[in-house]
Amino acid sequence: MLEIRNLHVAVDGAPILKGIDLTVKPGEVHAIMGPNGSGKSTLAYILAGRDGYRVTEGEVRYGGRDLLALAAEERARAGVFLAFQYPVEIPGVANIYLLKVAINAARRHRGEPELDAMDILLRVRSKLKLMDMDESLLYRAVNESFSGGEKKRNEILQMAVLEPKLAILDEADSGLDIDALKAVARGINAQRDPGRAMILVTHYQRLLQLVVPDRVHVLAQGCIARSGGWELAAELERTGYGGITGREGGEEARP
Amino acid sequence: MNAPVHHAVEYYLGEFSRLAPALPGQHLPWLRRAREAAMERFARLGFPGRRDEEWKYTPLAAIEKPHFALVPSAPGSVAAEQVEGFALAGTHLLVFVNGRFEPGLSRPEKLPAGATVVSLREALEGDAGELAARLGRVPENVTPFAALNQAFMTDGAYLRLAPGTKLLKPIQLLFLASQPNLAIQPRILVLAEEGSAATLIEHHAAIGDIGYFTNGVTEIVACPGAAIEHHKLQQESRRAFHVAAVVAEQDRDSRLASTSFALGAALARVDIAIGLQGEGAACTLDGLYVAVGRQHLDHHTRIDHLKPRCRSRELYKGILSGAARAVFNGKVIVHPDAQQSDAFQSNHNLLLSENAEVDTKPQLEIFADDVKCGHGATVGQLDEDQLFYLRSRGVDGGTARAVLTMAFARESVDRVGIPALQKRLDQLLPALLPRESEGQT
Repeated sequence: MLEIRNLHVAVDGAPILKGIDLTVKPGEVHAIMGPNGSGKSTLAYILAGRDGYRVTEGEVRYGGRDLLALAAEERARAGVFLAFQYPVEIPGVANIYLLKVAINAARRHRGEPELDAMDILLRVRSKLKLMDMDESLLYRAVNESFSGGEKKRNEILQMAVLEPKLAILDEADSGLDIDALKAVARGINAQRDPGRAMILVTHYQRLLQLVVPDRVHVLAQGCIARSGGWELAAELERTGYGGITGREGGEEARP
Repeated sequence: MNAPVHHAVEYYLGEFSRLAPALPGQHLPWLRRAREAAMERFARLGFPGRRDEEWKYTPLAAIEKPHFALVPSAPGSVAAEQVEGFALAGTHLLVFVNGRFEPGLSRPEKLPAGATVVSLREALEGDAGELAARLGRVPENVTPFAALNQAFMTDGAYLRLAPGTKLLKPIQLLFLASQPNLAIQPRILVLAEEGSAATLIEHHAAIGDIGYFTNGVTEIVACPGAAIEHHKLQQESRRAFHVAAVVAEQDRDSRLASTSFALGAALARVDIAIGLQGEGAACTLDGLYVAVGRQHLDHHTRIDHLKPRCRSRELYKGILSGAARAVFNGKVIVHPDAQQSDAFQSNHNLLLSENAEVDTKPQLEIFADDVKCGHGATVGQLDEDQLFYLRSRGVDGGTARAVLTMAFARESVDRVGIPALQKRLDQLLPALLPRESEGQT
């Protein structure tokens, strides 16, 4: 489904990713771990199509297509979804309206008739329940004055509603209390599907105890330093990133 | 010989001497004198020039040059179906065509005893004694254009609310222009006595893509405890000029909410002057201007805090694209007696193109020491993070920009508590947003 080959990426002339190779097959869940500044979020953004990153070498194939040639919205319509580490607040746009324009953008793209507000609501209700979210959140402005937990649940809600083929979850677990973490994990697990691939970007092992990945990769200084099974996450928990990257602790340079 | 710049003034002087005998209310000596005094005042002041600090950003040449006719050539020929496109559901509707009241197109519903709504012409053709105190003078603190309106006013609306009278449904005053090259001088007077309440929607629009000049004056007198809402929807033809003054005097504990939605006209300028003259009076002035192409939309507000414990709030928002221009000039004057004044003003602008331009100028003049006053102004573009968030959900760039632009306008629309007006704005606004190619910066 996703093939990343020798990917080099620079931001403002500074190299951030220095030769990433990663293959993700349908149905697989891959975890990408690593200290701050290792390039995890850059990888997530470059896959989703954010501006401001320059690919200096390598390529990314998605379902056989050149992913990097597509605009962000084209990637989304082709089934790529990014759950944001810091979900963006959009005052003046109701959460349900965002879901409606997003669902209908994809349907239009597939040549399907658009759904009206009631169809959307019916679709969203069961997913709200899954995420243990109150319906009132649908009528509030997107992420505006949402708690940290509500924002992260809202990202997973959008994933559940949009049903992507490839979901990239950038620190879906950061800043969550235990109930919110469980709800997020439940949402992710419910979306595991033989036709769907997921990439979990995370600092910590705790999400991976609830969402058990097929593969774990450790990103350090822009390269994949090690890859392994779930046991690699457990090893990291004991040794810290220093044990793998050869440094004490993580870099603190970039959030 | 006079310099060419005086030609416009001479034209209006000539028309005044020709038309004055036929203007309504000429049997009233006070009104005759008031019109003459106003004409003299206009002749002395002339059109404001670029050297006038208050007018330096407003290009008036296009208004000054044409010789607009001051009387419509024939009765309005607007059909009831054409009115339906502008009528708002659930209102008392009064329709004016080319400045003249059209009873046949209007449908005022039964009003409570204590409420009087009549056309200004009808009021002036009676004894009109109670109007003398208000219509007998040009409203203070406003422009030479208000004097021109005073001289030529022929019709409009007079709303009087007896003490305690409350209107449940809004009154929609719909001013439709259908004749090109006409100068229309609508005058609205609201006298709200103690404890009364009403909502007024002043709506300006055109039948067809015609050029004309609307020069309106709206006066609101709010007695103690009265609560008046005045919402103005300006959707004049894109070739028209619209100049207006909104003047209010507020007594003790009165409330005024006045909103200006400026969507139409080639050039439009609204001057709003509020006098908070009684303790505890409060006003909220809101505005939304959406300027496209070469449109120029101005708002100039002045709020005088004259007595203690008054409160004023202003929120003006602007969306500009193409080579449009807008001006927001907000003056708040807290006079020496006005202790514990509470005033806040904000003006936020969204520029959707590199050639659009806005001048925003908050001015606070404070002569009392125990006051809470503030202001904030911003000029910016759409937020890149928000755009990417929407695009990452499959929404194309053009739609994402439209969604975010509407979201910017949302606050102004939501603050109007009239569903029919909100619905109309939701229909009108998207059509004014630039298409993708125009919106790119």
